[in-house]
This record gives sequence, structure tokens and C-alpha cells, in this order.
Amino acid sequence: MTPDQIIFLLCAVLIVATALMVVTARNLVHAALWLVATLFGVAILYGLLQAGFLALVQVVVYIGAIAILFIFAVMLTRREMRDKGAQLNQNWGLAAFLGLLTFAGLAFILSSWVGFSNQAAKIPAGTDTLSALGNALVSPNAFVLPFEVASILLLAALVGAVYIASASKK
Amino acid sequence: MTFWNDPINFIANWLGGVFAGWGMASGLVYVITALIGIVVIILFAMAIAIFLVWVERKVVARFQDRLGPNRIGPFGLIQPFADIIKLIIKEDITPDGADKLIFNIAPVMSLASVILIWAIVPLASNIYGVDINVAVLYLVAVGSFGTLSVIMAGWASNNKYALIGAFRMVATMISYEIPMVVALLIPTILSGTMSVKGITEAQTNLWFVFLSPLGLLLFLISAIAELGRSPFDLNEAESEIVAGFHIEYTGMKFGLFYAGELLHAFTFGGFMAVLFFGGYGGFFGLEKMTAFGWLANPFVELVIFLLKALIGYWVIMWIKYSMPRIRIDFMLAFNWKFLTPLAFVLLMITALMDKLLAPTQFYASGMFLSNVLLAWIVIELLRSFSKRERLAKEKPAEPVIQAAQH
Repeated sequence: MTPDQIIFLLCAVLIVATALMVVTARNLVHAALWLVATLFGVAILYGLLQAGFLALVQVVVYIGAIAILFIFAVMLTRREMRDKGAQLNQNWGLAAFLGLLTFAGLAFILSSWVGFSNQAAKIPAGTDTLSALGNALVSPNAFVLPFEVASILLLAALVGAVYIASASKK
Repeated sequence: MTFWNDPINFIANWLGGVFAGWGMASGLVYVITALIGIVVIILFAMAIAIFLVWVERKVVARFQDRLGPNRIGPFGLIQPFADIIKLIIKEDITPDGADKLIFNIAPVMSLASVILIWAIVPLASNIYGVDINVAVLYLVAVGSFGTLSVIMAGWASNNKYALIGAFRMVATMISYEIPMVVALLIPTILSGTMSVKGITEAQTNLWFVFLSPLGLLLFLISAIAELGRSPFDLNEAESEIVAGFHIEYTGMKFGLFYAGELLHAFTFGGFMAVLFFGGYGGFFGLEKMTAFGWLANPFVELVIFLLKALIGYWVIMWIKYSMPRIRIDFMLAFNWKFLTPLAFVLLMITALMDKLLAPTQFYASGMFLSNVLLAWIVIELLRSFSKRERLAKEKPAEPVIQAAQH
């Protein structure tokens, strides 16, 4: 086994174990903190795939913003912080079924893909992947349209948030 | 390659040779030398943190017209070690209602979030942890672990003051992250790279502080807010919430928060040097002359970097000990209504000027003048705004009465 594979396996165990803790933890703040560990594991995966930029964006956006907002929302809305007792809802069977179905579907689609069993080619040293990504995001031949559409979506969300926040004051 | 020209690689090669002589596989040798390197960087950062305790106490004493620690050792230099011994032998209390695991992880994470930054600090041209091409983003990403540790500490303490402190801290950190990111983008635009080593090397001829003084100011303000130091120290406002998020921590656990804060401030001083003052490079151009060729040496560069970082740290302390705390609504309004728009305008102007002036010889002067012009416009706008506010307060409703009489 190469060091990469060892790190990948450790990381995969971390992601799956912490993801299970997210859905089984009774205390919602604990669940949110386990989610942080899961998201961090995914960031390590990106790092292993030589996508350093994505790994850091994962940490900034998901851990730095979204997970912290989760924790805030939980702390400000639910007064009850218990470690034991019944789960909040009884739908775990359906959720497990849907999760397994999604996993099976993804595995089926991916197994019929040519690149599934091939080793990924190493990016040659010295390649500036970051500039390539930046150029691709604004190049008309690549992703400029999806990029701008996503920007408009985010802008709309921003305007909506400002409107809701200011309307409630009156 | 000798020890004097490239100390870290020299030692690493020598150690690698020793380990290989013991019959280790080359992969294992690499992993072990890398681990030793990591430990050395952490120890270096911690040694600096111990020294900083003394620096901080001495400097705050001078600002308050006191002497500071002066009993143990020359100039009180041994004082930090006495402090450490005291912190270690104090009783370690975990409150009854605390969430034990999270309560104990939080201080470790707080210090770790600072030490992680040291992986990318370029101490000299060949003394650094790693040189990644997204280093500027890494700085922001690691900062989010600091935010997380504050929430964990505040929530797990099961104390309302701690929770209020954590809320305030997170509100500060999340909102001031935006001008911070924009301020970090300005050296990125000017140098065309996000690698801190690349940014340092782009400043061999001219420091970025001359190209973008406003960028430096934005970075300084948002760095102080990110550190949670005065005037943004609402998270530990002693007069309101006792000690904020670390109210329940005793002994060395408090010590970890304290050491983390000092090291964080010093690290941001270092980043100010890297992003705007040429980092380890530059002895005012002397190192380019043949007579002073020996100045282009990693040890000299290390000393230059540490001195510049200390100056940045001193400025942060200077502001901390001479500014009163500001109210939280003012702090947030200052960020969202003033700092963030200013940062975005500055970013747009910098990007535009960079494209327009890049091939010409007016690049540096144009950049500087556009910054000065923007600063002047902002000051004029602020003045007219405050004038309107003042007039509205001085003569309430008077114009309306006059209009009714005529």
C-alpha cells in the first residue's frame, strides 16, 4: 500500500464514522460538531486529489461559515440539550433506505464509467492549477455561464435576506 | 549547499543520510524527517510565544507608565517561566455542568489554529514549512478553526457570560472576515500569486505598502478584529462579561488561550510584513551590492523577518493599549457600512489599475495616487456625513418650525 492509500483509508473511516455520529448523536450541538469533523475529512480528500484550492474553500465555506451558522441556529432555537432519550423523529429506516439506494445508484453508474478502474494521471509538478481554474471560470468556452448564473442566485439570496431582515423591523 | 546557505535542507539531508544508513526505506525516511520538521516548527513557535508573554507584559507596562516584570532575571526575562510553573501547578477545574470533552478540546484547538498558520510562514527564503499556491486562502481557512474553538469553549462552559462572549467573538470574526479576505486579495493582485513566498519575492524592488497603503490599513483593522483585541475585544469585555468565552478555564488551559492569542497577534504582525513590507527580503537594497552580499543569507533574513513581525506586533499592541472598547452595534456598523464597501471599491480600483497600468512606468505612482485619491474621497464623505449628523443633533426640528411660521 502506498502512503496515499493509507491516508485515504484512514480518512474514509473518519468520514463514515463521523457521518454516522452526526445522524445518531442525540445532542444537536454535538451532531453539528461531528459534522465539522466530516466536512474536514472531505477537505482532506480534496487535498489528496491535489485540489488544494477546493480543500481550503471547503474549510472556509463549510467549516468557517455553514457549520458555525448551524451551531448558532441550534444554540439559539432549541433549549433542550439532552444526551439521552428518544430521537427527534422516527424516520431513520426510510432515511437509511434512501441513503443506501443513492449509494447503490452512484456505484452502479460509476462502475460502468471507463475511468472507474484506471489510476488517475498525476498532475505534472509546476502546473498552476489555480490559474487554470480561474481562467476556466471566466472563459466563454468553459464555465462562464454556470458561474454567472450561480452568482445571480447568490445575489438573489443576499437581497432576499436583507429584505426579510429589514421587513421584520417595521 | 552548506549549513550557512540552506540550514534546513542541509540538516534534513544529513538526517536522511543517517536514517538511510540505519537501513530505513526511503519513504519512511521522508516521513520521519518531515515529522521532525513539523515538531521543530511547533517548538520554534512555542518558544516565541513564551518570549512574547514577556514582551507583551513589558510593553503594556510602558504604555501604562509602569515598569513591568523586573524581579526575576535580567529585565524580568525569566518571568514567563515562573508564570508557566504557576499555571501548571494550579488546580484544574472542570465545571459540573460543562460538556467535558468539548470543554477540554477547545483550548487545544484554539492554540492549534494559530500553530497551523506557522506551516506557511516564510521565515527566510529557504526556511519555511511548505510553500503552497493557495497560502493566502489557507490563512483564512485556519482562522475558521479559531472561530470554532471559541464557540466550543463558550458553549461547553455552560456559563452565560462565556456564551455571550462566544457570540460576540463569532459575530466579530465572521463579519470582519470579509474585509480581511478582500485585503488579502490586494497583494494577490499586485503579485499575481497566492503563495506567500511568491508575494515576498514580488516585493524585492518595491514594498506593497507603497502600492496600496489602504490595503495595509484594511488588513490591520480586520486582523485586530480577527484577533479579538481592543478596540474589538468585546468577547472578553471585563467590565461586562468578566472574561468572556474563557471565563471557566483554569491553569494551563487558560494559558493555552493566552499563549494562542499572543502568538496569533505576532503571526499577524508577521503576515503584515510578508504581505506589505517585503517579508524576509530586503535590507533596503543593501544585499544587492557586492560588499554586502553576505546579507542575502537565511539567518540574516530570519532576523529581518522576526524584527518586521515584532514591529507589526508592536503596532497591534500600541492600538490595543491606547484605544477604548467600542460598542457592538458600532463595531458591526463600522464593518458592514464602512469597511466592507471600502474594501470592495479598493479591490476594484486595484484590479483595474493593475490591468491598465501594468506595462507602463506609471504603475507604482498610479497605484499610490489612486489609493490616496480614494482615501481623500472617503474622508470627505465621512466628514460631510458626520457634519449632517451633528447638525441634525444640534438643531432638532428647527427648520420645520421656521417653515411653518412663514
